[in-house]
This record gives sequence, structure tokens and C-alpha cells, in this order.
Amino acid sequence: MKIAVFVKQVPDSAAKLSVDNGNVNWGDAPLVINPWDEYAVEAALQLAEKHNGEVAAISLGGEDAKEALKHALAMGAGSATLISDPALANADAAAAAKVFAAAVQKLGGVDLAIFGKQAIDSDTGLAPAMTARVLGWPALSMVAAIPSLEAGSIKVERAIEEGRQVVESKLPAVLSIVKDFAEPRYPSFMGIRKASKAEVPVWSLGDLGISAPESKVSWTEITAPAAREVSNEMVTGANADEIAAKLADLIIAEGVL
Amino acid sequence: MACIWVYVDHFKGTALPASYEAIAAAKTLGGKVTALVFGQGVDALAQTAFHYGADEVLLGDDASLADYRAEAYASLLSKLAKEQQPDAVLFPTSIRGREIAAMAAIDLDTGVLVDVTEISKDGDNFAATHPIYAGKLLSKVTVSAKPALITLRGRAFGKPVADASRSGTVTKVAAAVADGDLPTKVVDYATVEGRVSLGDAGVIVSGGRGVANNPALTPPAEITDEKEKEIWRAQQGFIMLGELAQTLGGAVGASRAAVDAGYIPYANQVGQTGKVVSPDLYIALGISGAIQHLAGMRTSKVIVAINKDPDAPIFKLARFGVVGDLYEIVPALTKALKERLGK
Repeated sequence: MKIAVFVKQVPDSAAKLSVDNGNVNWGDAPLVINPWDEYAVEAALQLAEKHNGEVAAISLGGEDAKEALKHALAMGAGSATLISDPALANADAAAAAKVFAAAVQKLGGVDLAIFGKQAIDSDTGLAPAMTARVLGWPALSMVAAIPSLEAGSIKVERAIEEGRQVVESKLPAVLSIVKDFAEPRYPSFMGIRKASKAEVPVWSLGDLGISAPESKVSWTEITAPAAREVSNEMVTGANADEIAAKLADLIIAEGVL
Repeated sequence: MACIWVYVDHFKGTALPASYEAIAAAKTLGGKVTALVFGQGVDALAQTAFHYGADEVLLGDDASLADYRAEAYASLLSKLAKEQQPDAVLFPTSIRGREIAAMAAIDLDTGVLVDVTEISKDGDNFAATHPIYAGKLLSKVTVSAKPALITLRGRAFGKPVADASRSGTVTKVAAAVADGDLPTKVVDYATVEGRVSLGDAGVIVSGGRGVANNPALTPPAEITDEKEKEIWRAQQGFIMLGELAQTLGGAVGASRAAVDAGYIPYANQVGQTGKVVSPDLYIALGISGAIQHLAGMRTSKVIVAINKDPDAPIFKLARFGVVGDLYEIVPALTKALKERLGK
């Protein structure tokens, strides 16, 4: 069982972001592995452990992205590869998906390509389904559990808005994993040591044998949202009933019910 | 004249409200609006699409479309778009909408603007605003190819008004892939009865770590583990929050802390690594307001916060705040609102 897992390096979710001349600053906040990708790595490792498989972590980005890959290695991934090429600087989701698909092809013999459900920076969540489509593989998104996996087939539970959808699919397939799957393991001490010494090979577009895919989506401007004007009103009273009565009247007066 | 398509997203014949918001948004862009209704036995949805402003409906009705499967739906949409060349296709930003748009973008060699909160025509191209980093920043985006595939955030485009007298032409279209040729098979569903989707909810009652401070309850004797006792008490607390939510016809949300502590499933999580919501009323109970949580709910119209800690950051965003014990205030508030709403 060969599993490719895709990870991304993003600003920590606690980052206070600001925009300066169209450039995003996140202050002192560290770059971390995309939190949703940790679930993807956990799923990949569990499946590999159960089915005698190997896990290859892949990231697209600059040198920074090596840290996300090292996190995956420290968790237990067998190998890590960075895809980096100046021609991909403004790649949209579809262009990135074409690169991911080429990486899966280059690895060869991949049964499962696993993603987190989305990245917390760009918030598009398009990569899994797009990569699946480029590869011509089924896309099984929002996977919360994998009740069975056999040679050539998989059964998953998808966490959809309305509940759970249980789907059987042929392999190879692309999965995206949601938080319900399992708590991601912490990197072990040995894992961290191994990861810190690991050489992370870098693949260019030339190594993947493709030219830069054309991006159709462009970002024209990034702005900070308008500050929220709130007129705060603290509600007090002699007891809970009095406070509740006042609060109920105030809520109703807002006309939102 | 522009030709805009709207994918009517539904689950077993019940449309997401955001589907009709998307039809209304399409109307504002000018031109002919065509609704796409895919499924089996879903004719009624076509009629509703007319009520909300669709000029015509393309109805895909086939066994291969009976259960939602991304490959089947995307292939049909792509095939129709190749034949008829719409200028744009709008989708609600649901799991299904996102998937179909993603796949169709590859098929049609175009781009997707995701989860947008504003949309406009910029000459021949479409421009939109996509909140990124869970709304901490806004990104203006355009797509240079046709059709522009755009998923619209629910509740960002206002509530559409239905006109039951409207009607139009339904054109039946054949499925693009036969049932047997699809790589996936839906074997089961487990639906959560009576659950209100957070994305569509007009009112959200959310609980945080403070819900664990349930003063009165004694867990059943068979629960001996301290952590398990805490979870049990918090879960009872969330039942109390559920009564308030039910009174207001709303949904129950939670902070990441409450989800991580095992009080409530991840599906209820609001915030940067949960669901980004913008209800008319957001009631935050025992939530201090970590930046990740605030990012997920800051666009709520009216925010009410009840917390024991007067310095909790949530109060800065709140229209109304109460410094107090949620276990005292919430039952009284539920009762007071029931009386006023005649329930």
C-alpha cells in the first residue's frame, strides 16, 4: 500500500494578520503545518501501519514548506519531498492540482493520495477533488472513518452536512480527511531527531516532466475587513430572572428573531 | 446577453437555502438564469427554482444521480457546459457544491472562485470577494476563463423572496455517466434528525469550555473516571443550550476547546478550524473568545455573550454581554424568550 499525503505550511491559526501594501503580515506567529493536514498525516500513518504500507509526504511551496514536511516525518512519514519552482509562485488551485497529480504519477504505484480538508490560509478546499479529477481517480472528501480497505477497494464514511454518507470506491482514490478521523499523534522524540537530520529532496517542474500549468484565477487585492463597529451593552440585574428578562427584551428589539 | 447557471444543491430532494440565494444573486448579475437540478424524482425542486427566479431548468433525472456522487454530478455539469457555454455557474458553498465546481473546473479548464461573499461583473470577467484566513482578510479574485465557476457563501447574499406564480420551461437532460461506470457506490446514510446546518442557521447558540462547569448534576454511578464525569456534565449542559437553540429555531455550535475536550462532535465547531458562520444572532456561552473562534463568527449580525470572566475577549465583539454563570442565566433566558415568542 503506497500512500501520498499532501501537507502545506501556513501561519499559525492564532496569528493576528495585517495587510501592508497588499502583503500579508502575521507578526511573530510561527509557520506551522496546516492543522487539517495533521489529520491527513495521521490517517496515512494509521492506514500504512495496518496495511503494511509506506507514506510519502509532499508539499508545494518555498523553503519554509520543508518545516511542514519535517513535521510529517517526525510524526512517522517514511519520506518527504518538496515541490518548488519559481514558475508556480501564483499557481491557482487547479494549477496546483495538476502539479500534485504529476507528483503522484512520478511516485508511481500510489493507492491513496490523502489531503486535509482545506488549508487555513487560502481556505479554498479545492485541491482534493481537483487532483482526483486530473488523475481520473474518484474523490472521497470529508472522510471521517475508513471501515474497510482492501486491495483495490475502500469503504469510507464521509462527514457531510446532513450526517454520514457511507461510500464504497475503487482504488486508487483521493481522500480528504476531517477532524473526526482521529487525534493526530505528537511527533516522537526519535521522530523529531530523524526529521531534523533528514534531507528533503526538491522537485522542480522539470523533474515532474510538466510545464507550468496556466492559472485562471488571479488575486487582484488583499485587504483587511472593516473593523467591526459594536456598541457594547453590558446587561446587569439583581438576579438571573431579571437579567434574562432584560436580555430577552433587548434581543427581540434587535429584530433578528 | 449573459447566461448564468445555478446549481441547485439539495440532499435527498431538500434544497439548501443557499441554492435559492444563489439564484437571487444570479438575477442581480443580469441575463438569463438557468437552474441545474440533478437527482432522481426531484421535479418539485425545478418548480421551486422558478419561484425564486430561474428562467429555465435543466433537469437531470437518472438512477446514476439518485445518490449524490461527485463524479456523476460533475460529469453531467461539465458536459452541459461544454455544449451550451454559459458565462458563469454559481453554486452554494456546500461540500457538494465545492466538489462539483472543483471537478468541473478541471474538465472545463477554468477556475473556481470559492466561498465568495460579494460578486460583480468586471467587463466580461467575474470578480468576487473571498474571505481568507477564516475571514481575517479579504481577497479580491477574478477568473479569466469561461465559464467562471463561483461558489457563494450561504447567508452572504440575502434572503430571496419566492413568487409562487412564476414558472418556466423544464428541459430534461440525460446523465453523462451510466450508473455501472461510476467508481463509487453509496451504501448507506446516517442522517442526524432535526439537525440544523450551522451554515444555514439564522440563530446559533454556542458553548465553550465554560459549559463544563455544570454545578448541579451528579453523573450516573457507572461513570467513575473524572474526565468522563466532566464530559457527561458538559454534555448535559449542551442539552440545555439545545433547548435555547430550539426555542429560537437555531443550531448548536461550540468552540474548539469544547470539541477537543470531547463535549460535542466536531460537526458543531465554529471557528477557523471549524465552520465559519454568520447568523443573525450568535449567543456565545462560556466561550472566552480565542482569535480562532472570533474569526469564525465575527460577521454575525448580533452577538450576545455570557461569561463568568469580565475580561473575556468575546465581550469586545458582543452587542450584549452578561458577566455571570451561564447555568443561572440560560434557563431563565430560554423561559423569558419562550414567553415573548409565544411558545
